[in-house]
Amino acid sequence: MFITYNPFAGLAAYGITPGMMQIFVVLAVVAVALGVILDVLHKKSAVYFNEHTERMKKLATRQLSSSEKTSMLVQTILNEVLTSSEFHNPKRRIAHLLKMYGFIIFVISSAVLIFFYPTSESAGIWAILWRIGAIMLAVGGWWFFTKLRVDVLAEGKKWYKLARADMFIVSLLGVSTFGLLWCFFQGVVGSAGLGLLFFVLFLISAVVLFGGVYWSKFAHMFFKPAAAYQKRILMADGSRENLPPFYRRAEVLDQSTMDLVRDIPADQKFGLCIMKDEPNHY
Amino acid sequence: MPTFVYMTRCDGCGYCVDVCPSDIMHIDTTWRRAYNIEPDMCWECYSCVKACPMHAIDVRGYADFCPLGHAVRVHRDEEEGIIAWRIKFRGGRIKDLVAPITTKPWGKFIPDLKQVPAPTKEQRESQLLFNEPKYIRLDDGDLYTLESQGLKMRQGVYY
Ligand code: SF4
Ligand code: SF4
Repeated sequence: MFITYNPFAGLAAYGITPGMMQIFVVLAVVAVALGVILDVLHKKSAVYFNEHTERMKKLATRQLSSSEKTSMLVQTILNEVLTSSEFHNPKRRIAHLLKMYGFIIFVISSAVLIFFYPTSESAGIWAILWRIGAIMLAVGGWWFFTKLRVDVLAEGKKWYKLARADMFIVSLLGVSTFGLLWCFFQGVVGSAGLGLLFFVLFLISAVVLFGGVYWSKFAHMFFKPAAAYQKRILMADGSRENLPPFYRRAEVLDQSTMDLVRDIPADQKFGLCIMKDEPNHY
Repeated sequence: MPTFVYMTRCDGCGYCVDVCPSDIMHIDTTWRRAYNIEPDMCWECYSCVKACPMHAIDVRGYADFCPLGHAVRVHRDEEEGIIAWRIKFRGGRIKDLVAPITTKPWGKFIPDLKQVPAPTKEQRESQLLFNEPKYIRLDDGDLYTLESQGLKMRQGVYY
């Protein structure tokens, strides 16, 4: 059955043993850990993080209790981490959720297939999950890459123009798309040549993805939750990162010297500006 | 005072790139974060500061009168339709300003100029703009001021 076919089992034909695959996974984990540590050291992000916290502490108007902090941690996990709520643009949010959950499912199922089913042709639910993860990652990834990437959306560049910032997304597209093609040609078509070609491309993408953490955006998945949590704390403890206090529109309109233009109907005077209007200037 | 981006706060949404009338807010190719590519050419319109949903754009005071330690921050509240500013001076003094968002919805309230009678010869030769806003008609009651309109300055929003 193609749907439960385990592409890793077919690698024996190319002389790749389960042991080699397992070593690759271990090396990938080590490379990611090393990449993140080097990234933290190079960008001094932890130092900046601490300094910012100390600076803001001086502006805090109240102390947060530990139960408040715990509830904020839970909220950060529920909102920013699990549902990507920090994205203002709903399309980017959906694409990000597809990529994030796709990647998690894909990585976990790959590890399970490599460690527990390295030689079984059929791997049941884990093989299906591997496909679902890859498809989610590819759909979210290609949507983001061709339409939602800021270079395309705001800078008006062609989708195929690449920059170093694309390293992460391109390697994700590589592992998902080439992975699916490799599985298809090796398992369904039975074409060893095309299977090998797409496997090699898949392997190169995986090496860039896990080995290039220091140069790519990979580490954001560890920094972003910490930054989101810190932001919540700063908003709640009164320091508000120097932002102005919260106002209600009714109070402001009542106080306003907008009296001067009182003969203009309110709906013509006040609009919502660019957030409600899609830019269409390209 | 030109703007700058705190790249750690920016998430690369591109709103500032879209809105900048001077076309100087652009996306860095290494980190995909926005930055002001040419502060000298900044109109200081602060459209980008107001548009940024991450509060990542601030204003850099010129070093001669506003050296390190100040902050100019803005919060644009879509739900309330409010723009609030906080100006923090180097000595710690704080000034808060708040105003309703006054930008009209895009594409609405476009005057139907076809229906407007053509300007007369006299109007053409006049120094005034054809569509001179009545609030600044020097020939017709002068500039609108609080005084001339029988209004009083109230605490709150100052322009
Ligand atoms: S203040 Fe205005 S001109 Fe300057 S960068 Fe921002 S949007 Fe552009
Ligand atoms: S609007 Fe703000 S978050 Fe969006 S790209 Fe510009 S600086 Fe970054």
